[in-house]
Amino acid sequence: MSLAELHVKLPEGSIEKQTTTLNLGPTHPATHGVFQNILELDGERIVNAEQTVGYIHRAFEKIAEHRPLYQITPLTDRLNYCSSPINNMGWHTTCEKLLGIKIPKRVDYLRVIIMELARISDHLICNSVVGVDTGAFTGFLYVMQYRELIYEIYEEICGSRLTTSIGRIGGFERNFNDIAFRKLEKFLKEYPDVLREFEKLFSRNRIFMDRTQGVGGISGDRALNYGFTGPNLRAAGIDYDVRVHSPYSSYEDFTFEIPVGKTGDCYDRFLVRNQEMWQSLSILEQAYKKVQEFKGTDADVFHADVPEYYLPEKKDVYTKMEALIYHFKIIMGETEIPAGEVYHSVEGGNGELGFYLISDGGRSPYRLHFRRPCFIYYQAYSELTKGSMLSDAIITMSSLNLIAGEMDA
Amino acid sequence: MALTNDQIIIRLQDKFGDQIYNVEQPYGLLTFTANKDLNLKVLQFLYNDETLKFQFLTDLCAVHYPEQAGEELAVVYHLHNLIDNVRIRFKVYTNSNNPDVFTATNIFESANWMERETYDFYGVNFIGHPNLKRILNVDEMDYFPMRKEFPLEDQTRTDKDDEMFGRGGIGSIN
Repeated sequence: MSLAELHVKLPEGSIEKQTTTLNLGPTHPATHGVFQNILELDGERIVNAEQTVGYIHRAFEKIAEHRPLYQITPLTDRLNYCSSPINNMGWHTTCEKLLGIKIPKRVDYLRVIIMELARISDHLICNSVVGVDTGAFTGFLYVMQYRELIYEIYEEICGSRLTTSIGRIGGFERNFNDIAFRKLEKFLKEYPDVLREFEKLFSRNRIFMDRTQGVGGISGDRALNYGFTGPNLRAAGIDYDVRVHSPYSSYEDFTFEIPVGKTGDCYDRFLVRNQEMWQSLSILEQAYKKVQEFKGTDADVFHADVPEYYLPEKKDVYTKMEALIYHFKIIMGETEIPAGEVYHSVEGGNGELGFYLISDGGRSPYRLHFRRPCFIYYQAYSELTKGSMLSDAIITMSSLNLIAGEMDA
Repeated sequence: MALTNDQIIIRLQDKFGDQIYNVEQPYGLLTFTANKDLNLKVLQFLYNDETLKFQFLTDLCAVHYPEQAGEELAVVYHLHNLIDNVRIRFKVYTNSNNPDVFTATNIFESANWMERETYDFYGVNFIGHPNLKRILNVDEMDYFPMRKEFPLEDQTRTDKDDEMFGRGGIGSIN
């Protein structure tokens, strides 16, 4: 009797193939987040995949119904925590749209700087992690110091690094200091070389191309039907970008291109993200130039004049009656929000991040719904991975830029 | 020639007459309501019509209005025409005792999980959904937590055993 015959004993009457069920996750080193995939495997090939989400659901929408607007900002940090400033700005601009606040240009440009930095750090993580999953750890470690530099810039502006809660309704909590601008200059000067080297490591790397090309691909039509947005949709060839289609925060003042792919596979997603980083760099340069054009008192503008919603400076709170009243009203959440219904979206790190806010005139939102891009496009995962190898499923997962915090809200 | 809100509403009312009502434009976003039995027909019409082409489902969620007798739950669709770059908001209302609404999964794959989420939190029963079960909450949950009758936990409650999380229990200052 041969070894193979000893090893596999199929029950009577069964057909020759047996499949294995494999639980990938909820906590697995290769899933980069808390989500589970129940894979049905035939050897190493995936026959069927079922995704389970919700392991870190924190009921943000329910909590938001009981909080004044400014206290919802920290909740948005915890959606896509790889680019929390974009979420923060998205939330502030949503509130400003509801309240009808006009934002000074300089504040808009400062916001653009922050958002594009966040986009770079988001794409950087995603792309370098795709590299890690294909077996190339160097790129990941190498670019990490520039994410660190981005986090240092956040730190100069708001004091925190990951869950930033950056800015306020109406603008920023304080003006950008000199160190922040120096660090931004350093970033603009040094990062292009790093990105070029990063691309050299991967873009034409034979092993990387073999591992990613034709893996996890999706057509443009299917991607649209599945509600794809952001780089994943653009990799499938659809040039939809919220920054261009519904400009917010003065994005219409900037010149940039929308890179698109063709096949929607992991390789195209990688290239699109890389190209977007170049575009973000160009936007950053333009925005920094525009910010520098403000001189004299204009250069001190960092928030709109909306005392009802913008927390006053502490020295005013101690010396001025109005400031004290507003400080108290805002902190205690005693400001009535005008009734209204608004949908506003921003181009997040991984797609269209939408906020659907309904106010009935009370002090907290009547209903707040987050349109979380990766919750919506993760549905396509089983279609993307069916028939591929187990190791391809891992790369597909990381190249989709799935963030468990955003998925589960 | 870009598609305007007026053109959309004329086109819709030509087709559905006064079954399209509550037409508003809050913050420039065309919003309208239809009878809940019509939701699929309206969505399909918006999807297929040659001038409208609302083929992207941006968002789907529910809202609970406990005071509106018979129309307690609203299901809200945000649709996007990516060619003319127009967004619309479409609502249907249903009562909370018998919250049956037709599923949009046959038109949009993306509706699958969004409807599951809506079911999970509001209990809207999407008829014809291929896999309508809870998605973010535990399967054993027997209520729909986002409805307004469920308040958040009282922050001052003291009866809860939070020892494992460093609050309350032995050695606590309370």
